[in-house]
Amino acid sequence: MQPIITISGLSKTYASGLAALKDVNLEIRRGEIFALLGPNGAGKSTLINIVCGIVTPSTGTITVDGHDIATDYRAARSLIGLVPQELTTDAFEKVFNTVSFSRGLFGLGKNPAHIEQVLKDLSLWEKRDSRIMQLSGGMKRRVLIAKALSHEPKILFLDEPTAGVDVELRQDMWRMVRRLRDSGVTVILTTHYIEEAEEMADRVGVIRKGELVLVEEKAELMRKLGKKQLTLHLPEPLAAIPEDLADHHLELAKNGCELIYTYDTRGGRTGITGLLTDLAAAGIRFQDIDTSQSSLEDIFVDLVRDAA
Amino acid sequence: MNLPAIQAIYKFEMNRFWRTALQSIVAPVVSTSLYFVVFGAAVGKQSQMIDGVPYGAFIVPGLMMLSLLTQSIANASFGIYFPRFSGTIYELLSAPVSPFDIVLGYVGAAATKSILIALIILGTAAFLVPLRIDHPIAMLFFLILTAVTFSLFGFVIGLWADGFEKLQLVPLLIVTPLTFLGGSFYSIDVLPTFWWVLSHANPVVYLISAFRWAFFSKGDVGVAISMGMSALFLALCLAAVTWMFKTGYRLKS
Repeated sequence: MQPIITISGLSKTYASGLAALKDVNLEIRRGEIFALLGPNGAGKSTLINIVCGIVTPSTGTITVDGHDIATDYRAARSLIGLVPQELTTDAFEKVFNTVSFSRGLFGLGKNPAHIEQVLKDLSLWEKRDSRIMQLSGGMKRRVLIAKALSHEPKILFLDEPTAGVDVELRQDMWRMVRRLRDSGVTVILTTHYIEEAEEMADRVGVIRKGELVLVEEKAELMRKLGKKQLTLHLPEPLAAIPEDLADHHLELAKNGCELIYTYDTRGGRTGITGLLTDLAAAGIRFQDIDTSQSSLEDIFVDLVRDAA
Repeated sequence: MNLPAIQAIYKFEMNRFWRTALQSIVAPVVSTSLYFVVFGAAVGKQSQMIDGVPYGAFIVPGLMMLSLLTQSIANASFGIYFPRFSGTIYELLSAPVSPFDIVLGYVGAAATKSILIALIILGTAAFLVPLRIDHPIAMLFFLILTAVTFSLFGFVIGLWADGFEKLQLVPLLIVTPLTFLGGSFYSIDVLPTFWWVLSHANPVVYLISAFRWAFFSKGDVGVAISMGMSALFLALCLAAVTWMFKTGYRLKS
């Protein structure tokens, strides 16, 4: 299937000389949830803002559902809803009006029923006649989402959607994103909360100092990059690791009651068989075995550190 | 053209106008009425007639122009500056709207507001002084032309300004003096030759002159010249706005 967004050779150097993006190539698949991960200042927002038409690219082309964002911007932009990072709202406007305004701005006729549905989905219906300045930060975030959904976009950009948002709202938002995905909307979110990407994303892109250092299926990424730990629970504590086992780089934990073996799932050979054979030869018995996989966070920290 | 978007912007801006009705409507009416009281009553009693028109009536077109210019500039410049300041401009920039759509929405609303205010002043004046309008169609034409031109000018200022101070700078330091010196309260024919010549470099003279002609069939300069100058200024503002959008000046990084 043709990708819904194609970014080729995209670079951005700001007037200040800051190179925010360097030759980024990326394809977003139709209907997926794509998480763009990266530390602050990595270029996540710049990338989103270029696709949405807020920042002009220095070089490169972008097509949205086949429409070039420069030459065919009306068609491209009408497909996109954007929830910006900052809580920028028209403080004096009423919730219902500001959301209706967004719909008009995107060229659609009035549809109070749709606006009502969007507001209800985001638990904003009760607040429809409140002025935005009277709302809490979390409610303002919901208003921004409602504005982005007011024109029934095919693609939704969420720039740091859960920054400064409480747990309840974060979970609401995750539910909403899944619902949108189920209805066929492509969702691109930036975050520096790893658990968000881990929880939500189908694919993950990692951006660092303006470069897209990795794009991968989330599961694949975790499989490929994931380190696993094998923990052996011993019936009797060991004072030290026997010399015969030194090659396996084991660690002792819990006062000698646990032996920990770290291995890389990327390698063809994990070394587990050899380890177990050597353990038996050394006469070490064990009560239980468990393995744990590193989280996306560990992977991410590794990746950013390696690249630095 | 994205008609719903133009409507949305227009409605949004007009709502702001009604929401701040006290400031938007009452303030200009009060301050204009004060001009009438001060100039029309205090000064006017001694000077009596200018060009065969009672002084109180003579200043009406000038006062309307004064409000029209300051209101057009203030409304349009604030209208586009505030979203830039607050950050809500992101939505405008990411929406499927052309620069033309945006300008039409903002400038259309700003011009509507200033025309409404000018008409309110006209109504207020009609109560206070005997008034006649010889060429009502021409009067409306100049009203609209000036409102649109200076709303466009205000829009340019709103895009150019990078702080609230700059937003006030041009109206305060350039437009108000030009309007006061542009024959709002006198005929430039009464000036000494040097100042009379210099006044012809003041674009506002042409606007007020043409507008006054529409009321009393008498102006300081010919109507055709006035029209030409207004059109020229309109073209200049259009060119500036076009350039700003083309280059993304102060809008996009």
